[in-house]
Amino acid sequence: MSNAMNYLDVLESEAIYIMREVVSECEKPVMLYSIGKDSSVMLHLALKAFYPEKPPFPFLHVNTTWKFREMIEFRDKRAHDLGIEMLEYINEDGVRQGINPFDHGAAYTDIMKTQALKQALDKYGFTAAFGGGRRDEEKSRAKERIFSFRDSSHGWDPKSQRPEMWKCYNTEIKKGESTRVFPISNWTENDIWQYIRRENIPIVPLYFAAMRPVVEREGNLIMVDDDRMRLLPGEKPQMKMVRFRTLGCYPLSGGVESNATTIDQVIEETLSATESERTSRVIDKDGGASSMEKRKREGYF
Amino acid sequence: MKSLLKFITCGSVDDGKSTLIGHMLYDAKLLFADQEQALKLDSKIGSRNGAIDYSLLLDGLMAEREQGITIDVAYRYFTTDKRSFIVADTPGHEEYTRNMAVGASFADLAVILVDASLGILVQTRRHARICALMGIRHFVFAINKMDLINYDKEKFLCLEKDIRKLSVELNLEKVKCIPVSATEGDNVTEKSENMPWYDGESLLNYLENIDIETNDEVGFVMPVQRVCRPDRTFRGYQGEVESGIVSVGEEITVLPSGEKALVRALLNGDSKVDTIISGMPVTMQLDREIDISRGCVVVKGTELHVSSMFTATLLWMDDKKLVEGRNFLLKLATQRVPATIMKIKYKVDVNSGNHVPARSIFKNEIAVCDIALAKKTVFDKFASHRVMGEFIMIDRISNMTSACGVIDHSLRRSDNLTWQKTDLDREIRSAKMNQKPMTLWFTGLSGAGKSSLANAVEKILSVRGNYTMLLDGDNVRLGLNKNLGFEEDDRAENIRRIAEVAKLMNDAGLIVLTSFISPYKSDRRNAKEIIGEESFVEIYVSTPLEECEKRDVKGLYKKARKGDIPNFTGINSPYELPENPDIAIDTNNFAIEEAAEYVVKELERYL
Repeated sequence: MSNAMNYLDVLESEAIYIMREVVSECEKPVMLYSIGKDSSVMLHLALKAFYPEKPPFPFLHVNTTWKFREMIEFRDKRAHDLGIEMLEYINEDGVRQGINPFDHGAAYTDIMKTQALKQALDKYGFTAAFGGGRRDEEKSRAKERIFSFRDSSHGWDPKSQRPEMWKCYNTEIKKGESTRVFPISNWTENDIWQYIRRENIPIVPLYFAAMRPVVEREGNLIMVDDDRMRLLPGEKPQMKMVRFRTLGCYPLSGGVESNATTIDQVIEETLSATESERTSRVIDKDGGASSMEKRKREGYF
Repeated sequence: MKSLLKFITCGSVDDGKSTLIGHMLYDAKLLFADQEQALKLDSKIGSRNGAIDYSLLLDGLMAEREQGITIDVAYRYFTTDKRSFIVADTPGHEEYTRNMAVGASFADLAVILVDASLGILVQTRRHARICALMGIRHFVFAINKMDLINYDKEKFLCLEKDIRKLSVELNLEKVKCIPVSATEGDNVTEKSENMPWYDGESLLNYLENIDIETNDEVGFVMPVQRVCRPDRTFRGYQGEVESGIVSVGEEITVLPSGEKALVRALLNGDSKVDTIISGMPVTMQLDREIDISRGCVVVKGTELHVSSMFTATLLWMDDKKLVEGRNFLLKLATQRVPATIMKIKYKVDVNSGNHVPARSIFKNEIAVCDIALAKKTVFDKFASHRVMGEFIMIDRISNMTSACGVIDHSLRRSDNLTWQKTDLDREIRSAKMNQKPMTLWFTGLSGAGKSSLANAVEKILSVRGNYTMLLDGDNVRLGLNKNLGFEEDDRAENIRRIAEVAKLMNDAGLIVLTSFISPYKSDRRNAKEIIGEESFVEIYVSTPLEECEKRDVKGLYKKARKGDIPNFTGINSPYELPENPDIAIDTNNFAIEEAAEYVVKELERYL
């Protein structure tokens, strides 16, 4: 690496190299798009990697139907402005059964996210799916390869990962199998923010502090985003200056009190943060330190 | 802006790799509060009763926590005021050497831990050797557990001498020794008061300050990843610059063709630039149309080999052993080429470095081999251009990354590269066909639909790219077995011969389909023994007698009923039902294509 490349350039270059490899060697790639900041960075990298061509693959949003309204608006506007193909998949079966985050806990995540994702990948026959997973997020992710191989039922076997040497990526699969590819594996949360600032990447406004109606539950500030939110006896939404470090389903995303309304202020807060970002995502607490690995074995992204 | 240092920690089991990194993150206040909390919690539950077990920070997989060992590489990220770091913590067990190599292939620097009370172990040497093989130039030997030897200076100096010797032996370039205690924190982030005699920096300071030299490879090299053609007006070649520099207006050469062109325009990502340098993801436009596709390499001011043979040093990583003549898919830069191991020259003893003659290579062994490629390929010595000299070999059946290797030098045809003592066997032949040879033994009554089904199955397999052969009454009874009748003895001989032929064809690498009534259990068992249990799939076509007789395509049942055919199976000769067929299908219930698809689907388990 030359002196003129700083660490963000190095990370960017690595991600672009990986995206180009996938498009060249995999039969039918797709990019998972969750609307969050990591997805925004992934989309930006994809635009750069193939420029002046549009990214030669569709984007897929697995919608649980419980996302923040602002997220969906943002998604539709981005797809429209950029002229990219944005697929949406909803597990209609789960919707019919009335699966929701209040009554069904872990089953909700499994049915509306994990199962929905598997259904979507099978429906379109995608052989490689880009994800925005980062190794700094969680311990089992820290162990995953950039090219993560999945069997025909989308399961991950952490004990028999293929060796991944230099940048010689092995993309070979058999019929029915697929690959999950993580081009920003080596980025940290801080890198993501620095890059968003440097490249001026649009992100969902929920990442910036604003007055929002919230209730406090088990130390988390949950936003009352629509009238489906079930309030407990005595709970009353209060307006607070709140921002979100990670975005997902609104009843499962804990906000933090903050006055950071600009990207610089967000970065300053992030740098001085004493908690890693997944703590504000409520779902990871079920099952302790190994819960993510269990979900991944079953096909969670 | 800060630079990035990628390093690994390695060394033998229990030398304290994970503990060292855990302690470094903890001391340097680089942990989040919840990670710290989880760590304290895990330590309480774990075996070390309350004292913080820093290794738990890194051993992330359930199996690792249960067994208390590191199985796979873990990547950790931290930043100090001076530098950003990515550290790969690698497993120390010999069994997981390949995962250690994964970490080594990614790093600029290796921190090799040595237990001060044990000294240099076989595994220390193995890891140092693999790091050097993977291209690491900077080494820090962290002499750990100094607390257990009372911070003894003399013992440290003695170990340092051994390490200097090892460094000369392995040709390691830049080597530094630091005495530390990972559990106590001596010389980890701050200089230890327990070792005033050590006048160097702490490990973390050393890593912050070390100068990792920039790429010193000669000339401009860019392997083409893809051709970008959004419309008719634009044609650009995309790839990452692996070394050197090029500007608009300069002349480049494209390999393997050797054609030349001038650079018309350049993009770094989506920005127009005049000059591109090493590390950039670029798009290059040329002043004229020449034939360039993925796998080509754009060069300027340097020469690469365009050839089809080289000698390389391999690290074998597959559970299956390596033998001469095996065929693989080789991936080098952006090229994918079928390749054959022509000759195993020798293996390298990881401990002594001695060259040991070998006919086969086992997992985690290092070997020097001659490799032949199916077509002319662009490459170079690893020492000259890393990216053009590093490659992986992919098993064509399992798709496993079986080996990684670095090119020592090119070979020419005149170097007399011939098959040495290799005997081609079933494995080698079938690997070329990219399939697992087996015999699909269709059994059932006359008229059950065996031949039609076998025929339809063969067609599907053929479309899938398999190489097949169908043996049935028509091509066996009329030739090879025309001297045999239908008595019980002759039937047995008939089946025996068919089984022997099927086995020979399996040895040739083919998937064989046989379609014979084969009514006796003992004969089918005999066939299975001849062909080999692992290659034999019994498919029972279970169409009932009434249906077969109703169909009576060849009019044989009618004749048999009249007594014109003696020993006709089902009428006046028994059919012994298979007890546990691998696949059973009644053709009565399906169209023939459906039945065939069902059989192929069931076969997935064996193919």
